[in-house]
Amino acid sequence: MNSHSHYDVAIIGAGMSGLAAGIRLAHFGKRVCIFERHNAVGGLNSFYSIGGRKFDVGLHAMTNFVRPGIKGTPLTKLLRQLRIDRAEFALCEQKQSRIAFGPRGETSLRFTNDFVVFESEVAVQFPAQIDGFRRLVAVIKAFDDVSLDAASVSARAVIREHLTDPLLEDMLFCPVMYYGSAQEHDMEFGQFVIMFKALFLEGFARPLEGVRMILRVLLEKYRATGGERRMKCGVQRILSREGRATALVLDTGEEITADHVISSIGASETERLTAASTAEPAVVGPLSFVETITILDRQPAALGWGSDTIIFFNDSPRFTYEQPSAQVDPRSGVICIPNNFDYGPDQALPEGIFRVTCLANYEQWAHLGDEAYRSSKLHWFAEAQHSARRFLPAVADETLSAATLATDMFTPRTITKFTGHFGGAIYGSPVKQRRGLTALDNLYLCGTDQGFLGIVGAMLSGISMANYHILQKG
Amino acid sequence: MTKDECKKVVLDIIADIAPDEDLSNVKPEVRLRDQLQLDSMDFLDIVMELRKRHSIEVPEADYQQLASLDSCAEYLTPKFNALAAKG
Repeated sequence: MNSHSHYDVAIIGAGMSGLAAGIRLAHFGKRVCIFERHNAVGGLNSFYSIGGRKFDVGLHAMTNFVRPGIKGTPLTKLLRQLRIDRAEFALCEQKQSRIAFGPRGETSLRFTNDFVVFESEVAVQFPAQIDGFRRLVAVIKAFDDVSLDAASVSARAVIREHLTDPLLEDMLFCPVMYYGSAQEHDMEFGQFVIMFKALFLEGFARPLEGVRMILRVLLEKYRATGGERRMKCGVQRILSREGRATALVLDTGEEITADHVISSIGASETERLTAASTAEPAVVGPLSFVETITILDRQPAALGWGSDTIIFFNDSPRFTYEQPSAQVDPRSGVICIPNNFDYGPDQALPEGIFRVTCLANYEQWAHLGDEAYRSSKLHWFAEAQHSARRFLPAVADETLSAATLATDMFTPRTITKFTGHFGGAIYGSPVKQRRGLTALDNLYLCGTDQGFLGIVGAMLSGISMANYHILQKG
Repeated sequence: MTKDECKKVVLDIIADIAPDEDLSNVKPEVRLRDQLQLDSMDFLDIVMELRKRHSIEVPEADYQQLASLDSCAEYLTPKFNALAAKG
């Protein structure tokens, strides 16, 4: 064995959580290497190019945005822990977002990065509920959501102690679930609190360049702290003896050793690498998504779509967050118009972008032949876009077609192909391992299946697991 | 090292881990937590930076000794001097 094949810590996956863990560990002198199977970093929040045009995947908006001077929130903790100056992310705030329910979005709740806007919308639309809503918000604010040992409580049950109108209940669950729930129908209350704070009490922002900017800052930081990474080099197996990980077998066939291993690839995905039998195998998440991306030759404002940054929509009497039986469930979804962040007077995205995300069924996509896969994409692209447009100011089909320069779409199959996450499950397993523990003593989980949500949550997950399992122990 | 120099070392570390805090009026006798917004993650970082920059070890049982600048100076100055004496 040569001296280069041993690390203090080996990290599997160069997504947000793996990079953040790597920065912490390398900053404090640990010899760290990140192994990433794909040729790009970012994991579930990455980017790709087609025909010279760059597309972001994952990130609609960075949640958890707070303005300078607000302390003690996830964003501030993250910046401090990674020694990042907030100016480096160059975050631009959202204009406004909406939750729109009803066949044409008849009931609508607007929100911005100022919580008073949302609260007053609830007061106007649901006057009988506003007292309960305020009580609920007080409970949320007081909740210790970063505890690693929180008891599991149904969020629906807690919300129903305060709200009696199922429409308002569903309108609160829709954004919170779409932006992070791995569980169908309900959530663990702690997870609900994390997302409610991230979306409503904090807010949305984005760098002009999108996720690439955030990844570049993380990569530069990681490099500067002396961390190593190997791209296009995944981990095939984790060898173990007497309950400890002893070596990693890489895609190249090489074996490397490490004192500690942090895996960001998911609980089931990690279990498969260890081939260790566990009493309770990790559960693969049931929820996946499709996303349509439409590139426009003009700013969306020119089509009358200039005010909304994100719209969470649902056309049905109840909001159903579950694995669809069909390939896609277009009844509800999320619209993202990245142009509608406040980039300032001198900056704009060069082209218009219109994205629509809907729930999808992995199994219905996974085994299609090429031709069926292509035609399914075409069919559901049209359905998802058509459904979403009901919640935006009307634009004639011919006008939209004429303005469209390019389209693309990702499906559950794309997610699994590029990220390795089983079942195309963007939010991972419904069962989270808060302490990141696995069947092996020196193998820990971080990222999606550890359970801090959103991209700020993902980075905090990597930080927390590096601190808790490695740095705190000296 | 004097106690004042030791306080400076601690303040320099806090300035790096919490650049968004105003450190111009930190009262040495008041608990840091009561005048700055520092959480347990930040205190862990003070300990980690002391080890990284100055090879000073603070065992977990002694974390409370870092409560204020004065208590930091009382606790850390002898450690710095012992280290310097060893050369």
